Amino acid sequence: MSDPGRQRVTFTVNGEDRDAWVFPHDSLLDVLRDALGHHEVRYGCGEGVCGTCTVLLDGEPVSGCLLLAVQADGCSIVTVRGLAPGGDLHPLQACFLRNGAAQCGFCTPGMLLTAWALLQRDPRPSRERIRRELVGNLCRCTGYSKILDAVEEHAAQAAEGSGEPRRGAPVGREGSGEGTGGDA
Amino acid sequence: MVAAPFRYERVSSFEEAVRALHERGEDAKVIAGGQSLVPMMNLRIARPEWLIDVNPVGAGPIEDHGGYLRLPALTRHRAIEEAEVVRRRCPILAEAAAHVGNVRTRTRGTVGGSLAHADPAAELPCVAVALGAEVTVLGRDGARAVAADDLLVSYLTTTLAPDEVVVEVRVPTLGPRGGWSFLEMSRRSSDWMVVGVAALVELDAAGAVTAASVAVGGVAERAWLVPAEALADLLGAAPEEALLARVAERAAAMLRPEDDVQASGEYRRRLAAVLGRRALAQAVARAGLSEAELAPRGNGEQT
Repeated sequence: MSDPGRQRVTFTVNGEDRDAWVFPHDSLLDVLRDALGHHEVRYGCGEGVCGTCTVLLDGEPVSGCLLLAVQADGCSIVTVRGLAPGGDLHPLQACFLRNGAAQCGFCTPGMLLTAWALLQRDPRPSRERIRRELVGNLCRCTGYSKILDAVEEHAAQAAEGSGEPRRGAPVGREGSGEGTGGDA
Repeated sequence: MVAAPFRYERVSSFEEAVRALHERGEDAKVIAGGQSLVPMMNLRIARPEWLIDVNPVGAGPIEDHGGYLRLPALTRHRAIEEAEVVRRRCPILAEAAAHVGNVRTRTRGTVGGSLAHADPAAELPCVAVALGAEVTVLGRDGARAVAADDLLVSYLTTTLAPDEVVVEVRVPTLGPRGGWSFLEMSRRSSDWMVVGVAALVELDAAGAVTAASVAVGGVAERAWLVPAEALADLLGAAPEEALLARVAERAAAMLRPEDDVQASGEYRRRLAAVLGRRALAQAVARAGLSEAELAPRGNGEQT
């Protein structure tokens, strides 16, 4: 076949403007990891099933392995590092830590981002809703109960006003991190 | 694994997509949500030479036209799941969308993509067939409307020409005495269905069935619309549970599902009968009859 050629893409990652020259077949996951040094986004299954490569695209969770980097051109991307831009743990991360919700830690970034996106949508989700939303984020250490506990605890704290839900919210385009995942 | 190299073109209208598909030939594929195509490419099951990305076209709103909802092809599963107008006017579609993959799949995956991909174990084709949904397809000679049942052919195969694209889907809305149910069994939440059943019924004021439609997924090479003759006993009848069970058994007996890694064919057929009965009963209950109005369970009936 003919040379597919590289093209330049620009997007924000955790609020920072980034650009890269990519082939059409480069996944966003590969570009984030290999070109931009975001090793906190992890490669799991490559089929969109395991959730370890979850990133927020304009505020909505997507599988980085199934999104072509060229498709993210112009978008806002948030990785788990964006949850704690200053280096201090986000309250949701603190709840994970306190509840022992991270074992080997491989799935944790995807869990955190999926849970964070849910809490933006529904600040007081039922345990069942949390469970349903986290379907598709696989933990091979079988630590699901503690993960559910952690998300529930953070939601309760935020509702009581002690969880500082706004502090450390992911930085996205214009720093809002509250994109609604438009159509494109 | 990563996808084999390909060339990529973004288009901002479906007309452009048709043109691009025609120019690029049969090795060109449309990418919408990419939640089925990209895994296949990453596994090297699919190796298109060109990807035509229709995402810039955008979805636009879901519109209520009274008798039907108009869903633009790029409507995401998540939007279908959450749209108030879908939950109110065509709740079976919202229910089915909620069963699709995981939250990331639903964020990106589209209704047009699901129908064009034609996976026999996918939720939306099954429900579209049960509803009698109509799919608008754009080609070089303009748009044509095709019933979802006539779009699906076999495993990942449709009647779409290589240079045609799905542009919208029209789904009938729920009637005043209409009931619905979508039930599926999967090995794990987010997996493909082993068997899924979409059932729709309409009752008259006396509680007799005036219309019924059932489609079953996961049991054949495409979503299977239960033939009208298999549902004929329901028409004009009081939907007692024994009758529903008999109809579901008879319909399931017509199936010859294949064995695969998820389940044996025989198990799938049994599951189709059980889920069929439950789905019909739930649809009837939702059509206005309370559970108490349903006849008692038959003897020794498996639940």
